[in-house]
Amino acid sequence: MEKKKVVINAEGIDRSLTRIAYEILEKNKGIEDLVLIGIRTGGIYLAQRLQNKIEQIEKARVPMGIVDITLYRDDLQTSKRKPQLGKTDIPFSLDGRKVVLVDDVLFTGRTIRAAMDALIDFGRPKLIQLAVLIDRGHRELPIRADFVGKNLPSSLWEDVSVHLTEKNGVDEVVIEPGQE
Amino acid sequence: MILQKKDILGIKDLSVEEIGIILDTAESFVEVSSREIKKVPTLRGKTIINLFYEASTRTRTSFEIAGKRLSADTINISTSTSSVVKGETLIDTARTLEAMNPDVIVIRHSASGAPHMLARMVRQSIINAGDGANEHPTQALLDLMTIRLKKGGVAGLKVAIVGDIAHSRVARSNIYGLHKMGAQVTVAGPATMMPRDIEGLGVEVRTSLEEAVSGVDVIMMLRIQAERQQQNFFPSLREYARRYCLSRRHLDLAGPDVLVMHPGPINRGVEIAPEIADGPSSVILEQVTNGVAVRMALLYLLTGGKQ
Repeated sequence: MEKKKVVINAEGIDRSLTRIAYEILEKNKGIEDLVLIGIRTGGIYLAQRLQNKIEQIEKARVPMGIVDITLYRDDLQTSKRKPQLGKTDIPFSLDGRKVVLVDDVLFTGRTIRAAMDALIDFGRPKLIQLAVLIDRGHRELPIRADFVGKNLPSSLWEDVSVHLTEKNGVDEVVIEPGQE
Repeated sequence: MILQKKDILGIKDLSVEEIGIILDTAESFVEVSSREIKKVPTLRGKTIINLFYEASTRTRTSFEIAGKRLSADTINISTSTSSVVKGETLIDTARTLEAMNPDVIVIRHSASGAPHMLARMVRQSIINAGDGANEHPTQALLDLMTIRLKKGGVAGLKVAIVGDIAHSRVARSNIYGLHKMGAQVTVAGPATMMPRDIEGLGVEVRTSLEEAVSGVDVIMMLRIQAERQQQNFFPSLREYARRYCLSRRHLDLAGPDVLVMHPGPINRGVEIAPEIADGPSSVILEQVTNGVAVRMALLYLLTGGKQ
């Protein structure tokens, strides 16, 4: 049984985030009306890091919020185990804003679908873009990311995890055999 | 997190861990009620029946709003306008409703144990919205949540519950809940309305309001029913108020930042002075807000994948 493999280290993650920050600014021509929304839990710390990087570049802070998608999941009725419900915290209006959704791993796309449904309930964004650190393929819905750190083709039998210092004590992206 | 329960019948049957799960979940639901669009699709397609054999605005509206904010179909049955007036028994009403396949039945009934009987008979989840003088678990849960949010926790706090303890299901549920969560409970009220041997529940008993509220962190006032006067539990509302109405001088005897709570509806000037009910120590309206969140949490935790 192969154990876990570290496929991206701390420097790799940081360089990807720096590039994503520049790409966000390039595509949106600056920070006007821009907001970052991190998807709980993987996206929160990445959104914070992007917020800091953008502040270093543009010398201005982009508003950031957190969305918890548990209540919008499509598998609540088919799974008895209820995931831990977290708080959504979006302390500003989304009307007319350019929202960049941030998550760690893009996989089936169902989390993003749920996140978009949640955001639409908060207002009418001008547009929604998606920034992910890792795209591991295997989409089950027609969803794609605008900004991708790394494409990591993976097998369905594998688990791809992003570990971050803020929650795991270390920055790394690992692939390991999946648990059922 | 899983709540391994089919029904919510009383605080007596909830473990500390389960209470924690419910309160944690409820805290996340508070934010939904402050959005512009106060709806999440979580219980879409689920049916919730509110079966209220006793009059209620507060609790029933709270459950109705909770269900609707979760996108469930909520039906209210108030028995004064139902076949109950034609003499239909509780069992038949329950079986009839069960045959229409709801997901949750919320019941308030004047007979203690009615929800428990229903829970044994029908396959749906039953939530007790108040049964006789037994329990009112959702009230106690929202009270615990309010205390937890304002004081950072419940353990070690001193709580005084004052009023008609003998007839109060709110008092009973709160005593169980506060005791489980590690608070120190003192009950107070006229001796005519104090159950004998209530110390057996782990509470201290006082007959004077001043003694009861000395140094406490939370004061819970209970509603006095005017009918009790006809039943000779106290000579007059004025005399009751003279001895047990919560006013400024009582708050001065209590601990700093004392919380004043009341399950509602309040009798201004009888069990609580108006300026206290509307004052800065009062969290009565926050209790109501938290009530919707707690009921949303219970509906969310009880429904979900059936095998």
